[in-house]
Amino acid sequence: MAAKKLNIKDKYRLLTRDLDWDFSYEDRKEAFPYEEFEGIKITDWNKWEDPFRLTMDSYWKYQAEKEKKLYAIFDAFSQNNGHLNVVDPRYVNAVKIFLTGVSPLEYQAYQGFAHVGRQFGGVGARVACQMQSLDELRHVQTQIHAMSHYNKFFDGFQEFSHMHDRVWYLSVPRSFFTDARSAGPFEFMIAIGFSFEYVLTNLLFVPFMSGAAHNGDMATVTFGFSAQSDEARHMTLGLEVIKFLLEQHEDNVPIVQKWIDKWFWRGTRLLTIVAMMMDYMLPNKVMSWKEAWEVYFEEAGGALFKDLARYGITMPKYSEVIEKEKEHISHQAWWTFYTHGHAAGFHTWIPTDEELDWLSEKYPDTFDKYYRPLWELAKEQEAKGERFYTSGLPQLCQTCQIPMLFTEMDNPNQNSMRDTLYQGERYHFCSDGCCDIFEEEPEKYVQAWLPVHQIFQGNCGGPEVGDILSDYYKMNVGVDNMDIKGSPDEIRWNQWKGIA
Amino acid sequence: MTIEIKTATLEPVRNTFAHIERRFGDKPATRYQEATYDVASEVNFHYRPLWQPEFELNDTGRTAIVMEDWYAFKDPRQFYYGTYVQMRAKQQEVAESNYSFFEKRDLARLIPEEIQRKVIRLLLPLRHVEQAANLNNVYGSSLGYGTAITQALLYNGMDRLGNAQYLSRIGLILDGNSSDSLAEAKRYWMDDAVWQGLRAYCEANICVEDWFESFVAQDVVLDALIYELVYLQFDQWLADNGGQDFSMLTEFIQTWNKDTNRWVDAVVKTATAESDDNKQQLEQWIGNWKAKAIEALAPLAEEMVDAEALNNAVVALDKRLNKAGLFK
Repeated sequence: MAAKKLNIKDKYRLLTRDLDWDFSYEDRKEAFPYEEFEGIKITDWNKWEDPFRLTMDSYWKYQAEKEKKLYAIFDAFSQNNGHLNVVDPRYVNAVKIFLTGVSPLEYQAYQGFAHVGRQFGGVGARVACQMQSLDELRHVQTQIHAMSHYNKFFDGFQEFSHMHDRVWYLSVPRSFFTDARSAGPFEFMIAIGFSFEYVLTNLLFVPFMSGAAHNGDMATVTFGFSAQSDEARHMTLGLEVIKFLLEQHEDNVPIVQKWIDKWFWRGTRLLTIVAMMMDYMLPNKVMSWKEAWEVYFEEAGGALFKDLARYGITMPKYSEVIEKEKEHISHQAWWTFYTHGHAAGFHTWIPTDEELDWLSEKYPDTFDKYYRPLWELAKEQEAKGERFYTSGLPQLCQTCQIPMLFTEMDNPNQNSMRDTLYQGERYHFCSDGCCDIFEEEPEKYVQAWLPVHQIFQGNCGGPEVGDILSDYYKMNVGVDNMDIKGSPDEIRWNQWKGIA
Repeated sequence: MTIEIKTATLEPVRNTFAHIERRFGDKPATRYQEATYDVASEVNFHYRPLWQPEFELNDTGRTAIVMEDWYAFKDPRQFYYGTYVQMRAKQQEVAESNYSFFEKRDLARLIPEEIQRKVIRLLLPLRHVEQAANLNNVYGSSLGYGTAITQALLYNGMDRLGNAQYLSRIGLILDGNSSDSLAEAKRYWMDDAVWQGLRAYCEANICVEDWFESFVAQDVVLDALIYELVYLQFDQWLADNGGQDFSMLTEFIQTWNKDTNRWVDAVVKTATAESDDNKQQLEQWIGNWKAKAIEALAPLAEEMVDAEALNNAVVALDKRLNKAGLFK
């Protein structure tokens, strides 16, 4: 018989949606028990529009082609000592932050999307999430493989997995993701699928990959290119999720708005480390953090929220504060790491004179006024042989877990501190945004495993900070960290390059 | 003759990541090792899941199976993402050429009408079983412990979606893309007495809480029986009765089964060898689900082949279980 032509939409429906059936022998709510407790109302999963229509055979085929090419480059990279082509050994520290701080998030994304990819009652949404789960597993594994070669020649990569679960500044990205995974399935999708993957990915993933491209890092940038089409799929899924939830029921709108407010604030806090990486750690700059924020958030994000306005969604709360922060956060963060450089898992340094001038040019309203004087002081100290390290442990924000390093945005000489009482205990925050998030769900955020609190409570070994760093964090103090000047990384680099 | 290109050799500072070195010693590691071992978090999760506050996000307590080291579940295929997709891509290439050969030559026209009806009634509804298997494996992947087993469960879950799609395409070939055969097969799945036992089995397993039990009910018990019954014996019956060309369309699932059985058997063997408690737990689960599966499959087996067919499948399953160290 002459076969009629099936259009892609119908074919995909038959090959996915049509596989599901209505239960007769068990209660479907037992099979999908987590769909209702968040208060989200789904009236009809059939209204879900498949964001991409990939059957498994095509998935295997495309992904295998990408993997083959990617691993051919990895092989060539290590065969030819590709690490010698990075522009400067300082750059490698950005890769260390990526492997210790970001790659384990890809793993959590795999787990989170597997969870919602099992728990959603709608088969269309489920299958899309399952594919993203598999992609995320790809990303963590290919990142480990891309950076495996660096691990052989530089310090600070070797304990990435152990460190991610424990180290003070890594609890910032880690708790961000465990917060999302411990939430209900719909909040997870707004947190990760929409806020993180759709709106913020250009400010997280892209800066690292562009940094790699500008600084001679062939392994990382090739991974970036290879992951690009996966990321594009993830973005369409993130957008479909929010539209679907908003169209399903008007009661969903305030819930979704609350999640958007929360996850944008949490997201901008998380991006502090990217801001610092872009402005201070890339020897060849891509663009300033401020510029990236303006292009990717203010312009692109602004357009998106205009589009979402028809559902009654408004710009995330505290957007006006966030707009001011772009002038400050990268400087405040790098200064904190510079002064705590003995407790970081990577090297720190004073920007070169050219870099200081670049920062002045990119931040005409703030850098010379507030931050250049700090570096001039650090330079004087270093010249006297008195490179400065802070001995105290910083207080952490109960929500974002970043040390209280931020200032009031209208008064950069004044530290920003908030606090609130809950069940007789006082909790401290870096901002109104973080304080609000706590007050919305205090029973969740009192559980935060704050690294500095844990140290004081004796849960991380000790008694000295040095013992904690070497035993509990498994850092090689003085090798993996402190100043890049005189570090084993720098000494080896100079030997490889024949620099006396 | 060999030729040797001189490259600059730099002495590495270390061979691999520290957690890999602690497990396997100071030597270069394989990509499977670096992609798998100790990648999943074990401590300091910050928040209890709102959806299961009795557990941590990653928690060994979600199954009755107890392991000293969950990374003992080494995959004999050593699949990480890259090797996994490349293996499946090769297999789908063969499948694709089979399907297009079948369609181009219109081989369906050579297959007797009653055989086609039999395939619609007895083979196509298995796409829903594959869908259940997708859910059960992804369940284990999301709530299981340690990357060694959870990654393999995700690969398996996605494979099952692929299997369901290949089975669906058989229907679309038979009905000339009208999808009538898929609708008909779904009616059998929903209403025909011959399928209700199996549907009840699938629905019950989807609701099982212990992820390892769900893996046992699906991958160990049901899949083993269906593989023997459908993809070996029914396939042979079809070949003997003018439907031999269907084998071209089920070859993917057959090859896939062989490859997957190696992993399933290795998992069972490892869990059994770990402790007597595990062994007893597995035997109890298997005894229970096997009895249910036999009851569910009996009417199907009789219609597919004959009254003996299911027994042959059970013998094959028992042999595999025995080899893995169970029931002896």
